[in-house]
Amino acid sequence: MKLSREEVKHIALLARLGLSEDEVEKFRIQLSNILENFDILKQVDTTDLPPTAQSITLQNVLRPDEAKPSYPVEDILANAPRQDSNCFKTRAVLE
Amino acid sequence: MNDLHQLTINQAHQLLKEKKISSVELTKASLAHLAKMEEKIRACVTISKDAALDQAKEADKAISSGKIKPLTGIPSLIKDVMCTRGIKTTCSSKILENFVPPYDATVIEKLKADKAVILGKTNMDEFAMGSSTENSAFFPTRNPWDLDRVPGGSSGGSAAAVATDEAIYALGSDTGGSIRQPAGFCSVVGLKPTYGRVSRFGLVAFASSLDQIGPITKNVADCALVLNVIAGHDPRDSTSAPHPVPDYAKSLTPDIKKLRLGIPKEYFVDGMQKEVRASMEAAIKKLKELGAKVDRDASLPLTKYALAVYYIIAPSEASANLARYDGVKYGFSYQDTNNMWEAMEKTKQFGFGSEVKRRIMLGTYALSTGYYDAYYLKAQKVRTLIRREFDQAFQKYDALVTPTSPTVPFKLGEKVDDPVQMYLSDVCTLPINIAGLPAISIPAGFADGLPVGMQIIGKPFDEETILRIAFAYEQATDWHTRKPPI
Repeated sequence: MKLSREEVKHIALLARLGLSEDEVEKFRIQLSNILENFDILKQVDTTDLPPTAQSITLQNVLRPDEAKPSYPVEDILANAPRQDSNCFKTRAVLE
Repeated sequence: MNDLHQLTINQAHQLLKEKKISSVELTKASLAHLAKMEEKIRACVTISKDAALDQAKEADKAISSGKIKPLTGIPSLIKDVMCTRGIKTTCSSKILENFVPPYDATVIEKLKADKAVILGKTNMDEFAMGSSTENSAFFPTRNPWDLDRVPGGSSGGSAAAVATDEAIYALGSDTGGSIRQPAGFCSVVGLKPTYGRVSRFGLVAFASSLDQIGPITKNVADCALVLNVIAGHDPRDSTSAPHPVPDYAKSLTPDIKKLRLGIPKEYFVDGMQKEVRASMEAAIKKLKELGAKVDRDASLPLTKYALAVYYIIAPSEASANLARYDGVKYGFSYQDTNNMWEAMEKTKQFGFGSEVKRRIMLGTYALSTGYYDAYYLKAQKVRTLIRREFDQAFQKYDALVTPTSPTVPFKLGEKVDDPVQMYLSDVCTLPINIAGLPAISIPAGFADGLPVGMQIIGKPFDEETILRIAFAYEQATDWHTRKPPI
């Protein structure tokens, strides 16, 4: 599986990960190489097999819907890069 | 007493209980020794000296009022991937370089409840992605047995610190071998518990279906004591198991007669170093002498697919987990733009290192439209087969024994430019995470002065049996008592 530069840029866009031109080229080669190593899985017959998402079989873990104290706002905002009026401040999503 | 830092948990506990030493004395001795070792090893990202001394005073108060537990007053180090309230938690990443968590991870709460002492936070591969600790954004950690070599990873700081007596014990995390491989490389004991045995609340997420926290200690008895404290159900982690927690210290009887041990031949791979093979042969012979029923013909043919399965599933989960570092709520945040998307992209571009970016890319690709079925779903289905293969093996065997890593510690820089070679370093450990099993690495010899680790793999939630086998082997050998020439 050989990736093109366009494919690498498309994946980076999906991940919202900025890459330099050098990184695009480096990852094009490295990811192509890694993906080739995944071809081995084609040898395995997985017809009618269920996928495993996690290894213990707990399902639908529920708890009573009770209100409990949360963390103080100032503690949670203490790491905020930008804040305003007790809120995280973001850039405009819609212009 | 001069060499307090060299004590094990059991020894320190005894002296504290008999009031022959205080926790403040022990903590000061450890901090002084740690400062000296750090000049060569660089295992720590943060040293929280003042907090540690406050905790030691608290511990001494508790001890004088008769309230002492096995970890009370005993100095530890924590891999910098577990949240510590008020103490920086960086994941050895630029993106979290100044992050101070507003809460403690459950394991930290549990240590604090027992009045343990935390000396600081240890270096790691960025976001626990790597096998050498060279992916730390800050500095590499050195292997105490040879300073030109890596300590393993990703919990390389924790393993190197315990090997050099910087702390009496440490906590690490293991997603594909990140406790066991560095434990093997540094000649200490490292346990990855069954998935769900220890709460992941407050563990910075890498691959949520694979991550587990576990102890790194100087011997097997200490490992059992730490597991006793950190294991158990936690309502804040819906994947933590409700199973009762036995007293693991009680499982440490040196009698392994009649235990059935399988030696899966697929773990003795072609690329395995002959010195590692020789150490393993000697270790297997020792287990036979101890009365275990050893079967050399055990076979897990699907092992060869585990690497591919792992490097699809782990990066896929990582790409989802690491999407949260958008520069809005915490962490490094690119400021020089008014465009939201550009801010997000540049935050990640400048905040993450190469390996983290590589895995985000890989995972995003494996989950993307058109490739999801061929990669992610396929890997999850093969995961089902790998689990079943282990289930079948455990109908015949009480435990499986393998090398922890196919090689002794490699040189710094040797594999950094070749991701596939680096990934192969975990070929013996990552199948265990795929199946969610418990496994321990213990010292099993040396090859030209470099450590060799033996891995013992158990049934789900049967940490007791692997601890027992590890204990029996440790009692019959002296590898764990050797100290690095530093």
